[in-house]
Amino acid sequence: MSFFDLDFWVGVGIVAGIYGIFTLGLQLNVGFTGLINLGQAGFMCVGAYAMGMLVVDAGWPLGLAFPAAIVIAVAAGALVGLASLRLRADYFGIVTIAFSEIVRYVFQNAAFAGGNQGIIGYDAEWRAFQSWASERLAAIGLGEAAEVPLLVAVWATLLLCLAALRALQLSPWGRVLKAIREDEDAAAALGKNVFAFKLQSLGIAAALATIAGFFLAMNVTYLYPSEFDPSFTFFGYAVLILGGFASYGGVVVGAVLLCALTEGLRFLDLPLSAGQAGSLRFIIVGLILICLSMFRPQGLLGSKAEMQLRA
Amino acid sequence: MTRGLEAASGAPPGAPERRFESIPAAARLAAVLIAAAILMSFARGPIAVGQTTLNGLVSAGYLALGAVGLTLVFGTLRIINFAHGDLLTLGAYLTFGISALGLPFWPAAAVAVALTAVIAYALDFIIWEPMRRARTSTLQLFLVAIGLAIVIRYTIQFFAGSQVRGVGQDVLTSVNLGPFHLGALQALVLVVGVVAIAAVGLALAFTRLGKQIRALSDNMALAEVCGIDTRRAVRLIWLIAGGLAALAGVLYAAAVGSVNPNFGFFILLGLFTAAVLGGIGSAYGALAGGVVIGLAQEWSTLFFNTRWKPVVGFAILIVMLLVMPRGIFGGGRARS
Repeated sequence: MSFFDLDFWVGVGIVAGIYGIFTLGLQLNVGFTGLINLGQAGFMCVGAYAMGMLVVDAGWPLGLAFPAAIVIAVAAGALVGLASLRLRADYFGIVTIAFSEIVRYVFQNAAFAGGNQGIIGYDAEWRAFQSWASERLAAIGLGEAAEVPLLVAVWATLLLCLAALRALQLSPWGRVLKAIREDEDAAAALGKNVFAFKLQSLGIAAALATIAGFFLAMNVTYLYPSEFDPSFTFFGYAVLILGGFASYGGVVVGAVLLCALTEGLRFLDLPLSAGQAGSLRFIIVGLILICLSMFRPQGLLGSKAEMQLRA
Repeated sequence: MTRGLEAASGAPPGAPERRFESIPAAARLAAVLIAAAILMSFARGPIAVGQTTLNGLVSAGYLALGAVGLTLVFGTLRIINFAHGDLLTLGAYLTFGISALGLPFWPAAAVAVALTAVIAYALDFIIWEPMRRARTSTLQLFLVAIGLAIVIRYTIQFFAGSQVRGVGQDVLTSVNLGPFHLGALQALVLVVGVVAIAAVGLALAFTRLGKQIRALSDNMALAEVCGIDTRRAVRLIWLIAGGLAALAGVLYAAAVGSVNPNFGFFILLGLFTAAVLGGIGSAYGALAGGVVIGLAQEWSTLFFNTRWKPVVGFAILIVMLLVMPRGIFGGGRARS
């Protein structure tokens, strides 16, 4: 494959955008609220499956199923939060990852969710839109790569979410979140309902996970449980630490860098089998997590003063 | 020195010593388990309950041994070691690798246990000790542990491939114990597991090193003041955690008959469950917790489809953290 293969880089861009949206939610939780949410892939799983099942089993139009899926995922986030937000930071992390694995096992084994075969056939409307958009793009000379409409949609959504989160962060609401991250007790002493703010932070993260899950679903064309294993969350954390803590812009930079790095490996012509190249990608992700955490914990764009998380 | 140890491992002055304190809890736990077994016998018949109990004890071995290291590392260093499950995988795969060089399975397993212990020790030297010195935040420790887990798992996968791999042992022969059946290899796992659990428990209770480790896990600062060489003890804890993890991994591989590079990570939540159930930081608790989880998962198959076994473990974990975060053996100290 040539280095200048357009289809390939469009694909990388889509994946980077999906990780970007996914990790914006993690940034809100980890970087701005001090919540170690390890269940983000679980929220994405709930959202994506809810959307898929509403379309395929209940016959809902995609445009209706998607917002409904967001509501369902936010409800799942609220449920997890209500149960576990009062726990210590590290126990909260364990509960969220356990939640994420329960969700995956349930969708893998329950009769209603298609099991390991997964869910297929929810994206007819999107395909129709995509081919319509591709024709329009071809008319202006941009028709070579079929997935360009998805790329544009993902990145437009990512930038929209980024702008919205930044605005939220500058609002009084965002300042309270930071206060909670810095010192929960002080925030509570000022009359802020710490629990409610944390719950809202988790709910928004679940909504962002669902949006990422929607684009993931459109990108892969069928949903199966192992797409949503905790590795996805861990990859998100690598994006987070690469870009930098407490920086939404950093998430975008981190997502682009990490995806370019891991996908670009295939141009090095290493004498490896496909499986080994796949393993190597993950080894790099792991090394990034270890080395950055040890030597530059604030990441590329983050600020060190903002990451004194307490347990 | 001895008096210092007593003070460090014991409860506040005037309170009874912890070891005696935990015996009633163990007795209560045993009573609950036996009562549960009897109740289930009425519903599903004693033969089925006995058979699942036997199966449960097979998995209790690796769950308990895996959980001990996890809980000791957390108790002493406050690290939630996400890489611990992958040390189990490492132990199993090193065993395969070494037996491929011509050594029989069990001697190869012994070498693998020693090697994994050394690797865990080396990782402390390379990663955890510098992070302790730099007084890093919880989040950084979390991310390093996750990164390490990924690196170990995918390095194994890089060399061994991601496919399911049989243990290369006779997994078909089975033995009959009265009305119960057990694979010969599983029977061996059961015996090794029970012996190892007993050995670890006795070593913790009666050896000088065991006392030091429990003291450290209880209260590191106090133990240090009492003259325990904490640096040496911490390294020993990593050696023990690594070795027991590898042994647990080998036992898992032998009990199940086949493994893939992800199995350690899948068991990890079960190990967390055992550690939390027993009171995180308590070594006896982790041993007991492993037995409870092993039994609970197998007993659940009496009522639900086998494929829901892992969910039973996760559900216990969540319920325990929400309802009883200090666990059965965690004692009365507030940990925060």
